[in-house]
Amino acid sequence: MTRISVKAGQRVFLDRLAKMSGQNVQQCFQCGICSGSCPMLENMDTHPRKIIRMAQFGMIEELEQANTFWICASCHACNVMCPRGVDLPRLMEALRLMTLRKNQNKVEPSRLPGEMIKEYPQIAMVSGFRKLTG
Amino acid sequence: MNKAQTHPTNEKQNQKIATGDRAILPDGAKTVPIYVMGKRYEVPETLTIMKAMEFVGFKFIRGAGCRGGICGACSTVYRKAGDYKLHFGLACQTVVEPNMVLTQIPFYPANRAVYNIEEIEPTAESVYALYPELFRCVACNNCTKACPMDVEVMDYISAIKQGDLAKAAVLSFDCIQCGLCASRCMGELPQYHIAQLVRRIYGKYIQPRAEHLKKRVQEIDSGKYDGIVKALTEMELEELKRRYLESEREPNMALPGEWLPKDQEYL
Amino acid sequence: MKVLYYPGCTLKTKARNLGDTAVESLALLDIELEELSRWNCCGAVHSLADDDLIHLVAPVRVLIRALEQGGGRLVTICSMCYNTLARANRVMRDDPEKRKTINLFMDEEPDYQGEVEVVHLLSMFRDEVGWDLLRERIKIPLKGLKIAPYYGCTLQRPREVGIEPVGRFDLMKHFIEALGAEAVSMTSADRCCGSYQILGNPEVAKDASSIILADAGKSGADALVLSCPLCEFNLDRNQGVLFEEGRISKVVPAFYFTQLLALALGVDPRRCHLELNSEASIGLLRDKGIIAS
Ligand code: SF4
Ligand code: SF4
Ligand code: FES
Repeated sequence: MTRISVKAGQRVFLDRLAKMSGQNVQQCFQCGICSGSCPMLENMDTHPRKIIRMAQFGMIEELEQANTFWICASCHACNVMCPRGVDLPRLMEALRLMTLRKNQNKVEPSRLPGEMIKEYPQIAMVSGFRKLTG
Repeated sequence: MNKAQTHPTNEKQNQKIATGDRAILPDGAKTVPIYVMGKRYEVPETLTIMKAMEFVGFKFIRGAGCRGGICGACSTVYRKAGDYKLHFGLACQTVVEPNMVLTQIPFYPANRAVYNIEEIEPTAESVYALYPELFRCVACNNCTKACPMDVEVMDYISAIKQGDLAKAAVLSFDCIQCGLCASRCMGELPQYHIAQLVRRIYGKYIQPRAEHLKKRVQEIDSGKYDGIVKALTEMELEELKRRYLESEREPNMALPGEWLPKDQEYL
Repeated sequence: MKVLYYPGCTLKTKARNLGDTAVESLALLDIELEELSRWNCCGAVHSLADDDLIHLVAPVRVLIRALEQGGGRLVTICSMCYNTLARANRVMRDDPEKRKTINLFMDEEPDYQGEVEVVHLLSMFRDEVGWDLLRERIKIPLKGLKIAPYYGCTLQRPREVGIEPVGRFDLMKHFIEALGAEAVSMTSADRCCGSYQILGNPEVAKDASSIILADAGKSGADALVLSCPLCEFNLDRNQGVLFEEGRISKVVPAFYFTQLLALALGVDPRRCHLELNSEASIGLLRDKGIIAS
């Protein structure tokens, strides 16, 4: 039998991920339905299924470098289809927050062009800032 | 005896602590301990925070202005013993309380947008473009809780987000730009600068103009009062005094148009 | 009948074509939408991290305002507001620990435990108004209009707040038919329009919207019907840009469901704020003889 062994540093990261997201990534059996239902897949460098796989193996560096959770639109298409009940959008949010909580923004409100802000509906500004600023 | 436990009430001790020459404590005046930036002072219980601080020797070079609760320079934040809550006040208006722990926040960094009010389009969108961080408000209500003027800050921010500039202008009217709201904001908004822009837009473009004021300004511009103003400025002091004493005064609570002066030349 | 109503920020400005037409149409159906007298932005998206309670404060505050103003039901029309409020409400009802923390934090407000029921206007049509009554009140049937229901994400996902089970689109279909139009189905009825990525990664969002619009074009629909101002922006108002950039080859305008309702109930088209939709939308209604040219 092969066992997945995870080092101490990885353990801290994975525990944090599990706590923030409330998800047990070991539930996933890698069927790939999440990737298959994701509307943003084309623009992701790492598929949602692979993100869970990386989490299962504690591949922290690879996880942090993926653009997946910055492209995710929290549409919940994956989560309603998952046969194992994994709430993937929560995992994506936890990964986003790990950056945003360090006072790092993904979108800089002060640098957005005024003309664009005037045109965009409030709902776009509010949801965008909620998801992409810390 | 531990200094922190002294609570002198008799005259002798009072004199001992009445350092500096600003305030002279009346006989039998009670004092209370307060903590300014963590250091304990005994101060007369009737003083405002500002006077109490001066009483113990602080000199205000910044952090004081009007001393009348209107300039917003003397924002103060404090806690009371055994209470988790933060309290906020203007040092010139708030009377000291025993064991309050306070510090002044005379200034707090807040981004103020640059705009030309003459060229601005009077819409909510213009406000959004200058202050997009508006959309980071999380409705935590920390701002309203912090406001020493009881302005409903969160509600005016909400009104702006809803595009209702008139409502925001009215709700924020009492703001004195002290900045305490901005110091507490979860979304890092400079609420009071945003509200000021809104009131400027509202005042200039949205609020109906007062016709009688316009007429009066025209009269002034046309020189109607130049003669009398000149005469008054050149008048002998005694004559000026006489006129002042003899001047007519509108009775209190008179209804508009009910009372008119005898001399109606300048109406 | 009178029901409490939470408009949400966008319905007061850029999506007046959604908010105003709802209020006016419902009055014609003898339902008064009583707007909350005091309300704040709900935050538009649900907080998805277990340790991120601060973003639940905004929607919970709205629910408290509803409770203060009589409670019972709170009707929303914007899909994102609906989703955000309904999910926050479930947390307050079902999670005692989070409820306690949030109530403690909001020490200036009365405690809340999920007493209010959050309802989307579309479910109200199905469950209370009824399709028969709606059909009876129609003055100008939208004959000849082929409309594809577009649900987007937030009306159905996650399942526990969905107004209809995932994969079924009967509610909007019945609605469209009650207005006298023809309902056309398309495969991307619940595909994401790109949502807030229009702010962070506009190219990505445009890709997402283009797929839906291409699908709508193939389905034979004249127009989409939707209930979310963010979907409307990405799919309708932004359509000119998508067309210019060669991302789509056919223009398929979108309407809010309340706009179509208002037109069918005989509300003056000038009060339906069609000027806030894409240009193609007015053209389509003229072509079909629904509004005068
Ligand atoms: S609104 Fe802000 S700046 Fe204005 S008085 Fe209140 S706390 Fe001070
Ligand atoms: S303190 Fe900031 S985030 Fe909180 S309600 Fe006020 S404006 Fe909004
Ligand atoms: S000194 Fe001006 S408000 Fe206190």
